[in-house]
Amino acid sequence: MKLAEVAALLDARALCCLGRLDEEVSAAFGSDMMSDVLAFMNEDTLLLTGLVNAHVIRTAEMLELRCIVFVRGKRVNEEIVELAEAQNVVLLTTEKTLYESCGVLFAGGLPGVKRKK
Amino acid sequence: MFSRVFPVQKGMFDTAGEASSKIKKILKKVGIPPDIVRDVAIAAYETELNLVIHSLGGELTLSVNPEIIELISQDVGPGINDVNMALKEGYSTAPDDVRDMGFGAGMGLPNVQRHCHEFQIASELGRGTTIRAKYFLKNN
Ligand SMILES: Nc1ncnc2c1ncn2[C@@H]1O[C@H](COP(=O)(O)OP(=O)(O)OP(=O)(O)O)[C@@H](O)[C@H]1O
Ligand SMILES: [Mg+2]
Repeated sequence: MKLAEVAALLDARALCCLGRLDEEVSAAFGSDMMSDVLAFMNEDTLLLTGLVNAHVIRTAEMLELRCIVFVRGKRVNEEIVELAEAQNVVLLTTEKTLYESCGVLFAGGLPGVKRKK
Repeated sequence: MFSRVFPVQKGMFDTAGEASSKIKKILKKVGIPPDIVRDVAIAAYETELNLVIHSLGGELTLSVNPEIIELISQDVGPGINDVNMALKEGYSTAPDDVRDMGFGAGMGLPNVQRHCHEFQIASELGRGTTIRAKYFLKNN
């Protein structure tokens, strides 16, 4: 699914990397636990989370995630946006809850990530 | 062949991940295959976080030669009481403030095992913990 479509389905706003919304993700994962994100996610996928801190971006850097959607209208400070920009991770923010966001994307055809090994 | 050491202080949550980030950049720069770069980065980040959260301080060492990449996490204590338990998914002694930051699910050490070709751990109470993750660059 193209990131532009993700943003449209979630009524989400892009916080950085606006030029990359034509890129695609093949699967998604929703969690506030970065420990689980590290254990389940693969590169080039999309993370939905209600946790906003620098470690979310670090985690995305290590895994080479393509996009992070912050749910529940969480406030995202400038430092986080700059970190993400430096790592080339697209940031989106939506007012929808984690449950609703995942449901909408899943129904739209974006499957969950499969653990690699 | 080269080797680099990255000191990691206990409790320094703000800078946790900086060593792993450097390790990742170095491996990319010397042309290691991308899937191995990701695997080492994940193992480095998990062990770096463990040094920050659980240890009294330690270091990550990255050694690279044409055949093998080795990542070593070594600390000065407190050691792990039951290593077999620590290697099980879901076992964690992390305090609540660590959970609030998104960590402490007991997934880290099993995840290091899944993201390397050879894994070794040795721990002694009062002395510290050493973890070695190896990656074979040939026939792989
Ligand atoms: N360097 C270390 N020194 C002392 N104890 C450690 C060290 N690394 C891990 N442990 C112990 O092993 C347990 C399991 O570690 P593991 O990384 O699997 O999970 P965690 O760090 O608790 O949570 P997560 O990694 O999911 O964020 C820890 O809770 C801790 O008790
Ligand atoms: Mg851990």
